[in-house]
Parts: sequence; structure tokens; C-alpha cells
Amino acid sequence: MMRTPLRPLARILKARAEGENPDLIERENRRLRQEAQRDRDRSRAETRLLAVALLFLCGFVVLGARMGLLAATAPLELARGVNEEISSARADIVDRHGRVLATNLATHGLYAETRRMVEPVQAAAALAQIFPDIDAARMAERFTDPNRRFIWVRARLSPEEMQQVHEIGEPGLMFAPREMRLYPNGRMAAHVLGGASFGQQGVRAAEVIGVAGTELFFEDRLRDPALVDEPLKLSLDLTVQAAVTEVLEGGMRMLNARGATAVLMDVFTGEVISLVSLPDFDPNNRPAPPTEGEPADSPLFNRAVQGYYELGSVMKAFAVAQGLEEGTVTPETMIDTRGPLTWGRFRIRDFRNYGPQLSVKDVMVKSSNIGTARIMQPIGAEKQQDFLRNFGFLEPMPLEVSEAARARPLLPDRWSDLSVMTISYGHGLSTSPLALAAGYATLVNGGYRVAPTLVKQDRPQLGPRVISERTSRQKKLMLHQTVQEGTASFARIAGYPVGGKTGSADKPNPRGGGYKKDAVLATFASVFPAHEPRYVLVVTLDEPVDTTGPEPRRTAGWTAVPVSAEITRRVAPLLGLRPVGLEVANTALAQGQ
Amino acid sequence: MRSLLYLCTALAVIALAAWAYRENHLTQQAMNERRALEREIAALTEALSIQRAEWAYLNRPDRLRELVDVNFERLKLIPITASHFGEVGQVVYPLPEARAEFQDGIEVFGAIEHLAGDLHEVVP
Repeated sequence: MMRTPLRPLARILKARAEGENPDLIERENRRLRQEAQRDRDRSRAETRLLAVALLFLCGFVVLGARMGLLAATAPLELARGVNEEISSARADIVDRHGRVLATNLATHGLYAETRRMVEPVQAAAALAQIFPDIDAARMAERFTDPNRRFIWVRARLSPEEMQQVHEIGEPGLMFAPREMRLYPNGRMAAHVLGGASFGQQGVRAAEVIGVAGTELFFEDRLRDPALVDEPLKLSLDLTVQAAVTEVLEGGMRMLNARGATAVLMDVFTGEVISLVSLPDFDPNNRPAPPTEGEPADSPLFNRAVQGYYELGSVMKAFAVAQGLEEGTVTPETMIDTRGPLTWGRFRIRDFRNYGPQLSVKDVMVKSSNIGTARIMQPIGAEKQQDFLRNFGFLEPMPLEVSEAARARPLLPDRWSDLSVMTISYGHGLSTSPLALAAGYATLVNGGYRVAPTLVKQDRPQLGPRVISERTSRQKKLMLHQTVQEGTASFARIAGYPVGGKTGSADKPNPRGGGYKKDAVLATFASVFPAHEPRYVLVVTLDEPVDTTGPEPRRTAGWTAVPVSAEITRRVAPLLGLRPVGLEVANTALAQGQ
Repeated sequence: MRSLLYLCTALAVIALAAWAYRENHLTQQAMNERRALEREIAALTEALSIQRAEWAYLNRPDRLRELVDVNFERLKLIPITASHFGEVGQVVYPLPEARAEFQDGIEVFGAIEHLAGDLHEVVP
């Protein structure tokens, strides 16, 4: 900076020449210099003050905001088990009316801290008396092992057992609080619920984790701390489930079947109201997976979801629907049913000879293999695949149980013209009872695809359109006629008109090649009420035999149909359906055509 | 004037300190209370969940069915079927109630002269 001299020579000389006091000039300049200095100082001080003020302001704003935030947040109570390192919290599972299907129960586990034990050998003997499966000598050995400090004795104790352990009076025996998963209804809906066990274990808590079924599928939802107090509401109805289980169990026993399954589904929402697979198990005490024998015979096997079977004639409903949809036939078109229908080395036969020709309606009602094959023949493989894919038969049918993703339908290696014909009457393509239920729901709900679900829905969940409204109406009538005139006559029950289609499929030989003799998978897929279907019910019996007649009868009409009819008779009033006369259904169906 | 201001400020600081001290203790007390309440809530929630589980267990369909079978003589409960539904027409209309008749009522019908005591000619 250029410093201005206090006594600039030029001005001084000029002032002297004019007779003025040159000191005034110096004073003047000194004053100016001081003023400039003062201004600089002031501006610097102001900047500093401003900075400090800003700093304070920031501090106060932060404090104020924090206080405001604290005051504004809703007071929240700490949920139980959440602030612990291992969270044992798990939401309840309830049925559609809020009845408890799975809940948590506080209980205790038992462990030993050997360094605190006073008389380990006596304690081991006393424990062996309380728990018969504990070997006193081995337990004493473990208690006295100097390398062990901590031993789990028991994962859970009943209150009585806990009292007895208390009475031993051994200070080294400690109780660990535990949450236990309880299924109060026992075997009811075992395959849907699956089961639970302990995950990570600590002294203060243990994780409860799902191992199968919805418990595993909804693992994250059930353990989400924010949703722990909100039970998971399933679409199942406990009362209906109990009735279906009771009837199905009785039917399975009476018909000497190896297994049975029933799926009851809402045709508009896709809600599974009841899903039973027999034999079943107790989820409170889930058995270990089988190590030998056929896995499909294990009680753990969910036949309705995992069991992909060739279901036989029930699939004819889809072949006929495609014929109607493509416009190649109408219900009255006459089809040549002279047999056997020969294709290369393969012959297609009917159960009985139905004469030279049948109308499309009668092909369905009387269940003619030849007739169905002839309807399908001109349509071809590509269109058939597309049609079945739209129904979801070519992929695994999703459902909210962990097992659903593991099973896949069995498709033909090469979709030949012969495959087209065999698949038309249900052989060569495997389908699960659940997928079949979803397919029938589409046939009768106006033609929309529905996705089966186990979670309660509030409104219809209709997917894309698969078949036309008109085809759906024609199918409703045909299904009803099958019950009224055809193979499913046992399904006629008072008050609730039923429509349905039977299927008796020979079981494939497990060692490969051909089909077993005298081993039938009997299926009845039904919808009720027939004139405005609300529910679809699929009942499948594994190797049933009706021995009440002079010779054993194995077809679905004698096995699956009576069981299904009894289920409908019991369940329809529980679902709140009003009984109607047969003539009401007939009139409604005739008007719809 | 200035000393008065200082005095006021000092007094205000003392008052605020006393207030903050009190608030601190009140807060701690409230927090203790909250902890106690939380423990109580946890215990009650647990008790409630046990009760719920117990209720569900006692109402399990198997047990109810057994109870129905055991008590069939008294209750005569059977599964509901279509035949248990009725028509609206089957419901009996309630019988018309009998007309109320007064026993000691005042007679208000009749010729008006009776009411007056004297006989007057009533001109219509």
C-alpha cells in the first residue's frame, strides 16, 4: 500500500508561500489516516461479531430443532424383546376371522453353569429322574468335565418341570427365558403353517425362526419389529378347515386311500379358504424329513401344492373350453367317438363305448377320451401350449408357502401331436390340485385368471382375461350337466347345486415306463353354487378303493365325488351360502346361454 | 440503573438454575416411572398372550367337537346343513295385540248435557 506522507512537500511549500501554517496540513493528513484506520478496525470487528453471532445462531437452531423434534415425535413404548440383542419377537398368525393359528408363548430353557454347581453328580441324577430321556451317568460326566463351563440341558420346560428343577436346589442350574411357537389347533392346517424352531440361541433369548410353510415364507414379515404386534391374517377359515379335515379324514379311512388332499378356493379373490393334505403332522412337534421311502408319502409332503400329478379327465374341461374358445366347436357339435383312436403305435380308448358320435357337451358329461382328443386334434400343439400357459399350468403355481417354489409341473419332452391328444384328457402333463383349483376358478368366474393366495383379500383379484365370458357361461352349464347327468351323480346334494368334473388317472409306474395297474388317483374338481359359482373345491384321493359293492370300484365317481359332496354339504352353510332349489340353478344357467 | 439491571440478571440466572434443577429431577422421576410401567406392560402383554394362547387352545376345533359329542344328550348339536335354513315366509307374523280397554276411564262420549249437570237443549 502506498503510504501518503503526512507533510507532502508540494503542499507545504505552497502553504508556506501563501503564508499558511503547514502544521495544519500535517494534522489534516493525520486525521484522515486515523479515520481510515478506524474504519478498517470497525469493519473487521463487525465481521467477527457476525461470525460469532452466526455460530451461536447455528447452535441454538440445532438445539431448538432437536427439542422440537423430541416434542413432536409420538411417545412410543418399547416393544417386548426388541431392544435385546437376539430378538425372539414374532407376530401371531390368525385365520380370516382373527382366530389364532400360531402364537408365541413365554417359557424357559434350562442350562448349567458348571463352575457354580455345588453337587454336579447329584444334580445329574435328579435331572435324570425328572426327564426320563436324560442319562444320569453321561450328564454327570458332562457336568464334571473341567473344560466345559456351560451346558444346554433342555430347550424348553413346562411349568411343572421348571418347578421340579427348582426343587433340586442346585445353584448352577439356570433358567433361560424363551419364546416358544405354539400352534393351539394341533394338526389343523399343519401344511399351511409349516412349523418353527429356534435359530440363534443366547442365555437371555432365542430366535424363533420358521422352517416351512407360511412361517418360512413370511419370515421377514413375521419378525419385522414394526409389525410384530400386528398378526398376519391368512385367508383360511378355521371352522371350514376343521370340517374339511374331518370329512376328508373319514373318506380317506373308509376308502383305504394312501393320501388325500382338498383345496377350497374363492373363485374371485383366489383366497384359499381351506387347504388340507393328509396324512398330516403336528407343527408343534414337526417330524424330521424322511430319510427312506417315497418322499411324497411323508406327512410333511404338501400334496395340494407340491404334488404335481397327472390328474386325468378333470383336464378335459380345459380342452373343451379351448375348442369353444377357438370357435372350432359349439356345445352341440357332434364329435366322432368311434374307437379305438389309433395314432402310430398308440391307441386311445374310452372307459366304455359311447357309440359312434357324441355332442361336445356329452363328450364332457360322459368323459370321452376319444372325443376330447378329436376336439383338440385340429387345434394343435402351439395353441394348446399357449392356452394352458395362460391358465398357469406350465409353470409352478405360486402360493405363500415355502414349498411352492420347489415343485414344478412335468411337461412332455417334445410336444408332439400325440401329446396334444393325451394332454387333452389329462395324461402327459402333471398339475397340482392347487393349480387345478385356480384353473377351474378361471373357467367359472367369467374367464379371468386368479392367483391363489393364502393372505386375506378385501376385493376380487381378477387377473388378465383368459377365456371369453361366453365360454365361461357354457362351461358353467356343462359342469352342472356333468353332475346332473354324467359321471359325478353323487355330487347332487340338497340345497346346493354343484358343477364339476371327475378324473380317474392311472398312476405312473415309479420305476418308469407305463402305468400301474389298479392304482388310481381319483380327483373331483367342483364349483358351487353351480349357477353363480363362488367357490371351487378340488378333492384328490390317492389310490382309493370302494369295497362296498360286489367288486372294488376305483373311479372318481365312486370315491372322490362322495367325499367332495359331503365336504360341500358341510361347508357351504358355514361359508354363508343360502341354499337354493335345483330349478333356480337350472333356470339361471339356461338364461345365461 | 445499571446495577439494578445486573441484580435482575443475577436473580433470573438463579431462578432459572433452580427451575432447571427441578426439571431434571422431575424428568428422572418420570423416566423411572416409565421403566416401571414398561416392565408392567411387558408382564401384562405376556400374560395376555398366554391367555390368548390358552383360549385358542381350549377352543381348538378337535376339543369343541369332542365336547359336542360328549354333551350331545343335553345340547343336541349337529353340523349345520341346508335343511336348517328357512324361508322368510316361514316366519310367523306376530299376533295382533288385543285392543286396550279402559276400566275406570271417564266416559267422554254421549250427550253433552250430562256433563254439565243441567239439561240443555243442544242445537246442532
